[in-house]
Amino acid sequence: MSTAVQVEQPASAPPPPTAAAGRRSISASSGGFWFTVPFLVFFAAFLVYPVVYGLYLAFTDATLAGGGGFAGVGNFAEALGDPLVWQTLGNTVFFTIGSTIPLVLLPLAMALLVHLGLPGQWLWRLAFFAPYLLPVTVVSLIWVWILQPELGLVNDYLAAVGIGPIPWLQQESTAMWGIIAATVWWTAGFNFLLYLAALQNIPGHIYEASAIDGAGPWRQLRSITLPLLNPTTVLVLVLQVLASLKVFDQIYQMTLATGGPNGSTRSILMYVYETGFTSYRLGYASAIANIFFLIIVVLSLAQLRLFNRKEA
Amino acid sequence: MATTTAPAGSFTRAARRTADRSAPRTSVVGQSRPRVPRLVGLLALVLMAFVWLLPLIWGAVSALKDETQIAALPVTWIPEGGFTLGSFTRVLTGSNLPLWLLNSLFVAAVVTVLTVAVSALAAYGFSRTTFRGRGWLFALTIAAIMVPPQILIVPLFRQMLGLGLVDTYAGIILPQVVAPVMVFVLKKFFDGIPRELEEAARVDGAGQLRIFWSIIMPLSRSILAAVSIFVFIGAWNNFLWPFIVTNDPALLTMPVGLNVVKNAFGVTFAADMAGAMIGALPLLIIFLFFQRQIIKGVATTGLGGQ
Repeated sequence: MSTAVQVEQPASAPPPPTAAAGRRSISASSGGFWFTVPFLVFFAAFLVYPVVYGLYLAFTDATLAGGGGFAGVGNFAEALGDPLVWQTLGNTVFFTIGSTIPLVLLPLAMALLVHLGLPGQWLWRLAFFAPYLLPVTVVSLIWVWILQPELGLVNDYLAAVGIGPIPWLQQESTAMWGIIAATVWWTAGFNFLLYLAALQNIPGHIYEASAIDGAGPWRQLRSITLPLLNPTTVLVLVLQVLASLKVFDQIYQMTLATGGPNGSTRSILMYVYETGFTSYRLGYASAIANIFFLIIVVLSLAQLRLFNRKEA
Repeated sequence: MATTTAPAGSFTRAARRTADRSAPRTSVVGQSRPRVPRLVGLLALVLMAFVWLLPLIWGAVSALKDETQIAALPVTWIPEGGFTLGSFTRVLTGSNLPLWLLNSLFVAAVVTVLTVAVSALAAYGFSRTTFRGRGWLFALTIAAIMVPPQILIVPLFRQMLGLGLVDTYAGIILPQVVAPVMVFVLKKFFDGIPRELEEAARVDGAGQLRIFWSIIMPLSRSILAAVSIFVFIGAWNNFLWPFIVTNDPALLTMPVGLNVVKNAFGVTFAADMAGAMIGALPLLIIFLFFQRQIIKGVATTGLGGQ
């Protein structure tokens, strides 16, 4: 399970000055550590330990069978020279760019349209957000069926205008786009809700003032709404890039665990999985996983810097 | 407050009444919407919502066909011979789907209870008490939000082998209980609760646990509900970890089971869609009941279930 942290404070009072409060309650709050113990036990056992253990494994030639001697930086050197690492990294970046752009623009359009205040609000929200609640397997099943070359709905519609049939998931040039389409459909609802919340936070008097100054609807959209949504767009963009880079499930399922035609849809995490669980090279899989982890950490820290500078 | 294009001078009582009536129904004090050609907006909205609902509707229609009907050309919405529930019966009786749904329910429920309990306690400790090492322990928790769970599958699987937890409920459940982001969200909420409330209780001799349980918890119902819903959705939908740690067909969760069944039977699109619809239904029903909480939860905490 992965989740996204929004930087904005929830609708609650700002935290009291902790220094004074802390001093005041020292005697009363002794034993506070014990509240964190149950969490810390899980945290240490199932997060900190596997992170450290994975880092250790990356420097060994361990297999699933066990054992594994010290391999130095051998795995990392091999990874940097492994064409499959570069190909899967390239596929992952392609997926990330190809999915992030529509996953910013479409939710923005949805939110702007829903925010017009037309009747049937619950229906629009349901239509856009419902797919986000589906298990990934359901999404994969539906989209494999929709993109099916002979019987699929997409090719049926395209045939009506004289195109096709296109074997979407079976040919290299379109396979990743099929997965991107499924992903956009599946997750747009989440970004849509973030945009909708931001729109609802724009004070109405700004529009009133601009209307008195003679600004028309398009002018208001360009000069008020979109600029005020900028922080949300940055947030959505960053969260989406980080989420898209971690793609695995839908690719694995929609290409029936093969990585697509000529490996054109195999993501880096899928390569980690295959290296570890089909080739049983745990050490090498861990090395690739840690290289990927490094990329995520660098991007996450860059994101933090970006937001901190904005807030300062 | 209703925006009006009439010149201020002519703003008579009658004019104001007209303006009010023409204003968007939903406008509240301090809240109005940009005035965009509403018909164009409505058309675009209907089109987009239709496109977004189409895959689900098509999936549902397909599930109501049998394998012959679904393979017939040309592609039709209403099959020859009428709709049938045959594919649903086949999936429910011919596979372990009912069992997998129960497994998912059990796993998601236990994960939710454990995660919320453990995270709320920790958030209280980090928010309302002081102890040595609190600062860096919380910093470590926050830093861990960056760790993608996917990179842990290899070491975690080996760890589970060592513990003998592969192919057990414990093996599926325990690693999912670690949710640093939930601790973060809950701590932020607890930080906002005025301290005067617990000071009074403390004067009356209440201990930490009492304050946690009788003061903080009741004030945090909304956030606890949001966190619970998102943890549940996440655990219910989780594919990768249950997929990695289970082989035993009796232990599979619904998302894993549906994937296995798809690969096992070859080309059975109607059965696939029936399975998909059954897999989709529980959370869609939950959404209909908790729509407001879920939408508000996403908006205020930025949490999602996936």
